[in-house]
Amino acid sequence: MRFIPHTEADRQAMLAAIGVESIEELFHDVPKKARAVEFRLPEPLTEMEVLVELNQLAEANAGTHHYACFLGAGAYNHFVPSVVDYVISRGEFYTAYTPYQPEVSQGTLQAIFEYQSMICALTGMEVSNASHYDGATSLAEAVIMALNVHRRRRRKIVLSPAIHPEYRAVVRTYTQGMGLTILGDGETAHQDLEALTDLTPLADLVDGETAMVAVQVPNFFGQMASPQELTRLAEAAHQAGALFTVVVDPISLGLFKPPGEYGADIVVGEGQALGGGLSFGGPYLGFFATRRKQVHKMAGRLVGETVDTEGQRGYVLTLTAREQHIRRARASSNICTNQGLMTIAAAVYMAALGRRGLRRVAELCYHKAHYAAQRIDALSGFQVVGRRPFFKEFVIRTPRPVHEINAYLLDEWEIIGGYDLEQDYPRLTNHMLLAVTEMNSREEIDDLVTALEEATQ
Amino acid sequence: MILDPDARYTKTHEWARWEDDELVIGITDHAQEALSDIVYVELPAVGEHYEAGESFGVVESVKAASDVYMPVSGEVTAINEELEDSPELVNEDPYGRGWFIRIRPDNPADFDELLDGAAYEAVVAEEEG
Amino acid sequence: MTEPLIYELSRPGRTGVDLPDPDVPLSDMPEEWLREELPLPEVSEVDVVRHYLHLSQMNYAVDRGFYPLGSCTMKYNPKVNEVATRLAGFRNLHPYQPEETVQGALYLVYHLQEWLKEIGGFAGVSLQPSAGAHGELAGVLMMRKYHLDRGDTKRRKILIPDSAHGTNPASTTMSGLEVVEIPSDERGNVDLAALEAAMDDTVVGLMLTNPNTLGLFDEHLEEIADLVHRHGALLYGDGANLNALVGIAKPGEMGFDVMHFNLHKTFSTPHGGGGPGSGPVGCVERLVDYLPGPIAAIEPGSEDHPEGPLYVWKMPAKSIGRVKAFYGNFGVMVRAYTYIRMLGAEGLREVAEHAVLNANYLLARLKETYPLPYDRTCMHEFVLAGPPKDLQEKGIHTMDVAKRLIDYGFHPPTVYFPLIVPEALMIEPTETESKETLDAFAEAMLKIVEEGREDPDLLHNAPHTAPVRRLDEVRAARKPILCYTSLA
Repeated sequence: MRFIPHTEADRQAMLAAIGVESIEELFHDVPKKARAVEFRLPEPLTEMEVLVELNQLAEANAGTHHYACFLGAGAYNHFVPSVVDYVISRGEFYTAYTPYQPEVSQGTLQAIFEYQSMICALTGMEVSNASHYDGATSLAEAVIMALNVHRRRRRKIVLSPAIHPEYRAVVRTYTQGMGLTILGDGETAHQDLEALTDLTPLADLVDGETAMVAVQVPNFFGQMASPQELTRLAEAAHQAGALFTVVVDPISLGLFKPPGEYGADIVVGEGQALGGGLSFGGPYLGFFATRRKQVHKMAGRLVGETVDTEGQRGYVLTLTAREQHIRRARASSNICTNQGLMTIAAAVYMAALGRRGLRRVAELCYHKAHYAAQRIDALSGFQVVGRRPFFKEFVIRTPRPVHEINAYLLDEWEIIGGYDLEQDYPRLTNHMLLAVTEMNSREEIDDLVTALEEATQ
Repeated sequence: MILDPDARYTKTHEWARWEDDELVIGITDHAQEALSDIVYVELPAVGEHYEAGESFGVVESVKAASDVYMPVSGEVTAINEELEDSPELVNEDPYGRGWFIRIRPDNPADFDELLDGAAYEAVVAEEEG
Repeated sequence: MTEPLIYELSRPGRTGVDLPDPDVPLSDMPEEWLREELPLPEVSEVDVVRHYLHLSQMNYAVDRGFYPLGSCTMKYNPKVNEVATRLAGFRNLHPYQPEETVQGALYLVYHLQEWLKEIGGFAGVSLQPSAGAHGELAGVLMMRKYHLDRGDTKRRKILIPDSAHGTNPASTTMSGLEVVEIPSDERGNVDLAALEAAMDDTVVGLMLTNPNTLGLFDEHLEEIADLVHRHGALLYGDGANLNALVGIAKPGEMGFDVMHFNLHKTFSTPHGGGGPGSGPVGCVERLVDYLPGPIAAIEPGSEDHPEGPLYVWKMPAKSIGRVKAFYGNFGVMVRAYTYIRMLGAEGLREVAEHAVLNANYLLARLKETYPLPYDRTCMHEFVLAGPPKDLQEKGIHTMDVAKRLIDYGFHPPTVYFPLIVPEALMIEPTETESKETLDAFAEAMLKIVEEGREDPDLLHNAPHTAPVRRLDEVRAARKPILCYTSLA
């Protein structure tokens, strides 16, 4: 019996204490006909055997430990220091529950408090929660928060079309029952890169009915509008009484001004890059930060500092009356389990890299991406597209369809190529989104360039 | 249970009292006691209008959150800004410094439809079973 | 016992993990974008290791001992799961890689979907939701869309029992629907008369947890399902308590149209201090097209390929949409796959049998002393109504019992939930606990009652032996300190 310690003697003693003859009697409330079912599942395996099967499944995949990866688009192959796994492999962290009994959960609580502090430092904001499921759901929660700040009296949301397409899709899923009008990204079928990344039309859409305006920095195409453009948009939002939300790449904040400095009211994003690993899309980490005065409208768990009966410093979940277990139908969000362990992973990452290390990661991404861009731009038939500064991702126009080039890169060079933008933006045919991180060596980049050249011969 | 001699009450434990031609509104002593330590009070914006029975705010304690409802329809003319930094005023002085909002009622006669002290006491007695 | 904050350990100039120098020529950076300050800690690697080790030692965890939190199913987290999920061939996969390069991963996702269908008795499963509440939101949106698609636009209400978890009404509100609360009867079932009165053609569905949060199997389940369906409504199952029925009965064949599973409860994936979890949603045939997606599927026509079928991503035809980016918590799915693969049907059945045995045994040992609101056979958990009456009259409450249990080396049970039982103590032992552990816990619970009679302050001031004493939650809420204040 897997993981079940009972002996026959135990069972007998327990049944006697309960006063029944068999375990089956304990199920008397379950209708007999409901119990007369067959469960067709494969025959069980022992640990030894299941690991063989899992290894086979794992090896049937082309992982980044064997293939050079230039794919980004919201999930990135960043370095994960060994201390991260060391910490989150400790049973005291990963087999603990949500810290509802603070006296025996100070480890989890303090780790989350430190995470909250580091996210505030990174984003330039005043308050951070203990996470949402991912960057996309964080953005959806930002929309809900904005609606609540306006007490549900404003029903318009403006989204930049240069926000990750799946993030905008998630916002629409979450809000499908709320009777909202979502504007700003309705023309993606017709827009070229210049139009998609222009912020001025967004400001024009903001009015007295708008609850929130959101942009992504760097945007989905890797590009960064200027701080002045963003500040102007923030001002346009604030003048209309709307909130300004920024979806941000946390690694970029190792180098660049945080959204708190250009007028953001809410900052969200994907924390996978902070020590989470790729993991085929999850578990990831949605960070969420805002201003102090809005904290009561923010969803998600919050850890606060306090003292115990002897005056010793300690940490507790606080402002819990915002949450579903108290507010129930009046809660702004239903979030309960979040991404706890991934929060600790991110905190360890930020602590282990620290002030200099995170900056160094960002610099490496920047320089390597720019080196790659320069070399690719010099290839005949290829061109780097977009006039704005970029961070670690950029768009290239390719002489052949992206999927053909990627097939060649994969089969002949064991390179995982960039993202085909046409699938989300129909005008961007033959446009590939390439990501370069600190994990890509110069040699890999040079190979990519050679491979691209060959791919078009 | 403490009552205010000049106030009238609702079944949902709010009180209202005339001051000049406006009504001051808060929650009763019974309510603050049931909630225990109040940590946050969410108030509307000045100028907003609410119908009788509509929720205009929320009171949060460590373990609970309760809506606060308009005794009568009207427009908010003032809110108690002190509650932002000192929510405990609601516990300490629910009819005085712990007031929530002032309103200009749509129809002043609505006040007379509210429960008087005795009727409110009866409501509470019945709730407690 | 305190540990300094990581910021307090920080020293200017100290560095942790090293990175290589750039191996490419440097490019100019946009001046106007450069930030001046980056206030992250500056600590060495050994500082990081020691700091987090110290923190971990202040935590209670399943690996440490008994954790009888009701409705959380704190069962043992198998270590093989941790090995499985860390295999490089799973870890190092980008979600947007071409399907041909991730067939092993897709195979796993597909088969986990199939197994959950079989376990739940459902025609379709989506693994995308990342937590139970996330699955609930998906399920409620599915029910809503199902009706709207049929042209039935007058349905706006979801009926929810008063014993339900707070996520149920919260998910309903997020979906734009109205919550109608249904009381429970004196046997802990949904009050059938009240349900009948509330049921009409403006109801989208009923959300039912079964067994419910009292640990009781509803004695009128068949009538309830029948009533719901007769009025054209749907029955949603909150699967948080599936540990009582796994391998024994199939919710999909007991009348549930849609249900979420909690992989981090029933299927042994660890709780992580608050996540990550996974809340897949399963449904009957008529709702299959509405599932959130994408989901894993077999490419039509490839079923009989000699190299094996081709696994692909597919968006259900009338999907409510994506509920998150990418596909769900794959790292958690690997653990659940491993668990189900090791247990098989028989193993899962034994899980439920022993979960229910353990709960009833513990109940038998405690019910003579502690007040029991519903004297029925429980399933995998049970609820007591606080300490004995005489203790409550002396001002000793559930909180005091809970805090004193800490001194006995146990994590407290769930307290003050469900709301319909005042002073609730919800106890779920799970199947992975031995009789010795249960006996030790029962003895502690009985000893605490004696202590309460002789020395109430011992309970009021508990815990005495934890890393910290009782914490001032009022202060934390009135004057919130939510991040390290001297960030410079």
